[in-house]
Amino acid sequence: MNRSLRPLLATVVIFLIAYAAAVFQFPGLLSTRVLGNFLTDNAFLGIAAVGMTFVIISGGIDLSVGAVIGFTGVLVAVLITWLGWHPLAAFAAAFVVAAAFGAAMGLVIHYLEVPPFIVTLAGMFLARGGASVITQDSVPIDHPFYSAISSLYWRLPGGGRLSFVGLLMVAVFVVGAIVAHRTKFGSYVYALGGNATSASLMGVPVARTTVQIYTLSSVLACLAGIVFSLYTSAGYPLAAVGVELDAIGAVVIGGTLLTGGYGFVFGTFVGVMLLGLVQTYIIFDGTLSSWWTKIVIGFLLFLFIVLQRLVFAASARGDRVAEKA
Amino acid sequence: MSILKKLALAAGLATALSSAAMAADGMTVGFSQIGSESGWRAAETSVTKSQAESRGINLKFADAQQKQENQIKAIRGFIAQGVDAILVAPVVATGWEDVLNEAKEANIPVVLLDRGIDGPEDLYLTSVASDQVKEGRVAGQWLVDTVKDKDCKVVELQGTVGSTPAINRKKGFEEAIAGSKNITIIRSQTGDFTRSKGKEVMEGFLKAENGGKGICALYAHNDDMAVGAIQAIKDAGLKPGSDILVVSIDGVPDIFTAIAAGEANATVELTPNMAGPAFDALAAYKKDGTVPPKFIITESKLYTAADDPKGEYERRKGLGY
Repeated sequence: MNRSLRPLLATVVIFLIAYAAAVFQFPGLLSTRVLGNFLTDNAFLGIAAVGMTFVIISGGIDLSVGAVIGFTGVLVAVLITWLGWHPLAAFAAAFVVAAAFGAAMGLVIHYLEVPPFIVTLAGMFLARGGASVITQDSVPIDHPFYSAISSLYWRLPGGGRLSFVGLLMVAVFVVGAIVAHRTKFGSYVYALGGNATSASLMGVPVARTTVQIYTLSSVLACLAGIVFSLYTSAGYPLAAVGVELDAIGAVVIGGTLLTGGYGFVFGTFVGVMLLGLVQTYIIFDGTLSSWWTKIVIGFLLFLFIVLQRLVFAASARGDRVAEKA
Repeated sequence: MSILKKLALAAGLATALSSAAMAADGMTVGFSQIGSESGWRAAETSVTKSQAESRGINLKFADAQQKQENQIKAIRGFIAQGVDAILVAPVVATGWEDVLNEAKEANIPVVLLDRGIDGPEDLYLTSVASDQVKEGRVAGQWLVDTVKDKDCKVVELQGTVGSTPAINRKKGFEEAIAGSKNITIIRSQTGDFTRSKGKEVMEGFLKAENGGKGICALYAHNDDMAVGAIQAIKDAGLKPGSDILVVSIDGVPDIFTAIAAGEANATVELTPNMAGPAFDALAAYKKDGTVPPKFIITESKLYTAADDPKGEYERRKGLGY
């Protein structure tokens, strides 16, 4: 088997074992309702995590994701509720703002050679601060179009619901996987994360790719923000605090290397589902403190970092053996 | 396709089995709590747990860590488990319609605790909350009854500017003293509901009022600010509780210690037992379909030195305040 697929396989196996163990204890976990909830409840996190996967594969990091989700929610809510815009117009405006925001971060990262950590940290403060300056309260969105999409779902046998936002997340993952593994832009992203210098020597347009990566991440965070506002029918400046860290966690658990150059979009999907499973298990149990979610995620993260080290050390040895032979 | 069908069948069977198992036990209730940001909320959580235990209710508890998305997930999780009822202390007022509609479709009654939501009233069975205006009124009435027709200049420590409890507790107090021309509020400032800010602002009041000689009473929107202010009054060389009367709201353990020591005079309790009335309403509803009133108001009880403050302290200290 291809060695490079091992971390992905490990994630999938751990998810299946964990799910089976959880179902063994609470048979109710194996219902279409729970499976539908996995998609719906984690839709915003999943969409943001797709963008984060690209950023991390390119060797960067984007800390502004949660704040962009919060800002988008507030912007959309204010445009619709206070100014009477149609939701679609508000979405378009939010996408333009987010794309400009992401592009600006990409430009600063590339041309001023500032580490992405610092630039996106500044972006996080800007977006969160901006949202809180617009309003401190939760602004409800009451528009027939909004309630139409947020209550759009297909009933599954067994009482579950396959919601529009859940399907949207799946679609974003599918498109993300195609872009990452089947397009020129995708191969540039991997090349950049592998080694930026050799990538530029090989003719990868580093400046353009960097700007595109951060634009993509912010645009997907904006989409996640729209999904979040559909989820809660409101815009709230303190929404989605810390989601960027959950997204990074999902990406790493999904087998992507934090140092860049290696990873899978599908792995991130399994990572998001694993986070959702942990939360759902704790709710089903009902006696554990919900902070155990964080402990389990911390443990999983640690496990995967160690696992990656071992797999890559083993494959490096394997390569040397192959050379000798 | 056939695999999908089998999966769905298995899933359906599993839900049927699990709900059958639950019906055999006592009532299972899911409780989605906001978090544990304040001592009062921690006390509410522990009182809810002990209330559930004493009634033989199987309580599923989920702490949302101040995040609405976690609360929505928890409620969806409760619905998926097929609980008999759901309690929610909503972190914000908006955005509950979809998930509460799901609960309604699954015939699971929802009870709101201590905060309301923006949305149609038919989404929940009832809501249990205190009347904050009444809390202010009870505090004001105590002062009116205590000072009788003596002149009394009051300083007020407000809660966080613009917060609902601050607005309502101010309004209630003003209503209660409106009929007494001898009682006037001479200074009113925010102490942000915190002990340190309460002390700081009280120091300012004392300086501004000639060392505190003109002040007859302090009204604080919560006990924490009162406890801070008591320290400031002592530092200024005055006796809190006699030179300056102290009345506040909440009923946290520390204020009972102060009342027992004669340093505070009265507190109006914001009871952490919101779940008791909620469980009662749910039990009646489950038994014969009795629909409770839409808004259940908890009692705003006044405690003074005559109400065994030491014993009240002992009863509360283990609750997590």
